[in-house]
Amino acid sequence: MDALEIARWQFGITTVYHFLMVPLTIGLGLTVAVMQTAWHRSGKEEYLRMTKFWGKLFLINFIMGVATGIVQEFQFGMAWSEYSRFVGDVFGAPLAMEALLAFFLESVLLGLWIFGWDRLPKRLHLATIWIASLASIFSAYFILVANSWMQHPVGTEIVDGRATMVDAWAVFTNNTALVTFPHTIFGAFAVAGGFLLGISWYHLHKRRQSGIDTVDASGKVVVGESATLGKNRDKVDYQVWIKSLRIGAVVAMVAFMGVALSGHAQAQLMIQQQPMKMAAAEAACHDGTGFSLLSVGDLRGGGATTCDDVVGVFEIPGLLSFLAHDNFTTEVKGVNTLLPEYQEKYGTHLPDNPIYGDRAGTEINYLPVMEVTYWGFRLMITLGGLSAVAAAVALWLTRKGTVPHSKWISRLAVLGILAPFGGNAAGWIFTEMGRQPFVVAPNPSFQGIDQVFMYTAAAVSPGVSAGEMLFSLISLTSIYAFLLVVEVVLLTRYVRGGIGSAMPELDGHPDDQDKDTDVLSFAY
Amino acid sequence: MDYLPTLWFILIAVLWGGYLFLEGFDLGVGMLMKTFAKNEKQRRVLLNTVGPVWDGNEVWLITAGAATFAAFPYWYASLFSALYVPLTLVLVALIFRAVAFEYRGKAHTHAVRKAWDWAIFLGSFVAAFGVGAMLALSTTGLPLNANGDRVGGPFAWFNIYAVLGGLAVVAFCLIHALAFLGLKTDGDIRTRAARLVARWLPVALLPMAAWAVAVVLLNHSMAAVAPLGLAVCALLFAWFQASKNHEGLVFIGLGIFLLAGVAAIFTAAYPNVLPSTIDAAFNLTVSNASSTPYTLRLMSIVAAFGLPMVLAYQAWTYWVFRKRVTEVHIPEAHTVTSIV
Ligand code: HDD
Ligand code: HEM
Ligand code: HEM
Repeated sequence: MDALEIARWQFGITTVYHFLMVPLTIGLGLTVAVMQTAWHRSGKEEYLRMTKFWGKLFLINFIMGVATGIVQEFQFGMAWSEYSRFVGDVFGAPLAMEALLAFFLESVLLGLWIFGWDRLPKRLHLATIWIASLASIFSAYFILVANSWMQHPVGTEIVDGRATMVDAWAVFTNNTALVTFPHTIFGAFAVAGGFLLGISWYHLHKRRQSGIDTVDASGKVVVGESATLGKNRDKVDYQVWIKSLRIGAVVAMVAFMGVALSGHAQAQLMIQQQPMKMAAAEAACHDGTGFSLLSVGDLRGGGATTCDDVVGVFEIPGLLSFLAHDNFTTEVKGVNTLLPEYQEKYGTHLPDNPIYGDRAGTEINYLPVMEVTYWGFRLMITLGGLSAVAAAVALWLTRKGTVPHSKWISRLAVLGILAPFGGNAAGWIFTEMGRQPFVVAPNPSFQGIDQVFMYTAAAVSPGVSAGEMLFSLISLTSIYAFLLVVEVVLLTRYVRGGIGSAMPELDGHPDDQDKDTDVLSFAY
Repeated sequence: MDYLPTLWFILIAVLWGGYLFLEGFDLGVGMLMKTFAKNEKQRRVLLNTVGPVWDGNEVWLITAGAATFAAFPYWYASLFSALYVPLTLVLVALIFRAVAFEYRGKAHTHAVRKAWDWAIFLGSFVAAFGVGAMLALSTTGLPLNANGDRVGGPFAWFNIYAVLGGLAVVAFCLIHALAFLGLKTDGDIRTRAARLVARWLPVALLPMAAWAVAVVLLNHSMAAVAPLGLAVCALLFAWFQASKNHEGLVFIGLGIFLLAGVAAIFTAAYPNVLPSTIDAAFNLTVSNASSTPYTLRLMSIVAAFGLPMVLAYQAWTYWVFRKRVTEVHIPEAHTVTSIV
């Protein structure tokens, strides 16, 4: 592998990893803020417990988002210096704004929230979690503006071989960003919904298993209390789980409607802006109207599938046209039509320029890896859709107040937590790899932005050796793997510990804090 | 006239100054976790003095990096790619440090807690050293070719300035943290910290002063003599106050020393943002490394609004958590027990 390939693997691995933490931070943050608000409004104990419990899990996850985010910020300069030189004038601005306008708020206000329990006036304390979680959504907007510019490089002119910003308004209201933003945020709520649902299910199921909650003849729940563990498994505790479960299910279903609607808008833009990505997502070699449910390629040749050997096995007529054009008949261009268009416009070979390294003068493959785009697209939709259906079923199954006795359903509910994470990762891998061979993708049918582009092959740092890249790839990947285990172990421990893990005072540890000398709410 | 790039050069110096001033003490506190803290309670006192603020402090680093990207893409690209290996180590250090802060208190066994202590200690040390080396090299130069890429292999950057800068920041962080603990704690920690500050202050500030002098001499900069003089005065002032045990004044003296020192270093380096040690013609300067006036103007508007806001709410956080943390405040630790 050369430096470019290693750099791409590294970027892919570190970003997908970062995006395991990100959606949970975004989705759970706002949910916890709403729970705390409910506590303020109603004064009900269960909302306080919900806030504390989910807040604890939120923090365990948040810190990993912070730790992995810094890598992202440095990586552009370290591994992609030519990219940074070429795009810095446009792309750096949203990144800097994200740091200055969003990250500061997020970090500082969250510090106030964690350490400010019982220290800050109650309303002010509530405001801190609201501001922190809104700031994380704000940060998502800025980073998505940067990313969307790579898909649809508006507001830009090439001057002396570098992209320069000429219209900030166009960059910050890029229509790609405006549809990607809700899609990503709804995707984050899908994650949070599944997380609330799965964990609450687990606890309700344990309560039934250990005989705390029972059901009467009509199947309605009879809520009990555990004699042994103090308040930790009382009736309030039951309220915590059933309410969290319902909130989670509703959030997951609404989130799915949100991603479906915004995803539809994205597909329409994508057909205009990056037609090749859409064709590759459909493995659509020929122009057509059908949405493929299953296509298979002949892989016996050993290499990647090419367009000659893809066979549509099953497709829904008209659906692709509906996704793209809101009707059932307008044809969507296939790969065979698009390839010559790209070749005519952007050439068949990379220029003989040293910035392409060993790749200078080689043939350009305008077709992204179709297996990835095709299955990435389907995996995203399927995993998201499955969790929405599962959420609806969960609401139905718990309509009488508790979960069924079945061990299997409980395991499935816990396992289901992973589905929306997978959907998000699949979506990003599809979006980013579907953009290849460009890192900044030109939009061939848009006057003015059809000539703003950069090949990925030109983006990597020329001065950095493959050995150095391999060193960082191996170190970061192994640390990430290790930390993922640590995070999951900790999350599991706090989940198993139930409410008491976040509120030791419930477990009969008398109030630790002497209110007179209290200086802060100790978290460490 | 390059007034916008110059303005942004100043702003980036301000961001680095702010970073070293704020994260300086939490990096230092991290380094004090191993030998200075005598027992578990003291370690927890140390952690909780920086608990509410360290993450906000670290964002100064992120902002300095991102602002360099936006305002001087060529500087950002050349510096970060040339220092690929050391920056990887800094990233690893920052990752472990951040995670350890949050997870240490959630450890179940003594051995695991100890491992996280090491992560905080080493993470703080490596991050401080690496950032110091990077800043020193950015002000004294790297072996860059005409395109701004490093020549000479992964360690071509290694030289005496890298070591000096690393030491300068590590030593500054340690003394700054001790002064900070004097303000934020009481009892044994406070007295021991004060004693160490009084004894070691001039030694700890020496490498940073040497780095500033070196940059001034390398660039024959007259303009930088004034801030350099101010830094020396601040050093003497802080030393004198330390002997009288005026904790607040020591801390202020250290702050002035740092900001004046950073000002001297950046003034002396101007108009270079990153000199090339191969050929002065390849130097990156405020004019050839910067973004277009359009982008800089946009960013200036954002900074004019954003930076004062950040300063205001960050200052407020320090006010909210202004009380001293001592061993008597630290509650008993409980481990999480599974209820299911
Ligand atoms: C859609 C959302 C999103 C996306 C696509 C990304 N991030 Fe992120 N990032 C967040 C949403 C987010 C967040 C929700 O705001 C985080 C997660 C945890 C946190 O602290 O904030 C965060 C944290 C975070 C941090 C630490 C901030 C702190 O210390 O508070 C940095 C430096 C970055 N990110 C940088 C990046 C870069 C350079 C990305 C692009 C490659 C990126 N993130 C992708
Ligand atoms: C957090 C969500 C994201 C995920 C999961 C993600 C995923 C990926 C993946 C899998 C690749 C490798 C593609 C390949 O090499 O074929 C990649 C490349 C890349 N992405 Fe993203 N990405 C995300 C967000 C972003 C954002 C927000 C930006 C810019 C602000 C960005 C910029 C890049 C760049 C510069 C590359 C490297 C060049 C390339 O290989 O195309 N990505 N990303
Ligand atoms: C009917 C359902 C959906 C449709 C039609 C849809 C459509 C799309 C399209 C067209 C893109 C590519 C945008 C581009 O490359 O320009 C995309 C990306 C993405 N999708 Fe979906 N999607 C759906 C469901 C989901 C679900 C359920 C999730 C997560 C749980 C999800 C998460 C993502 C993410 C994270 C990306 C990458 C970021 C972005 O470009 O927005 N999507 N989606």
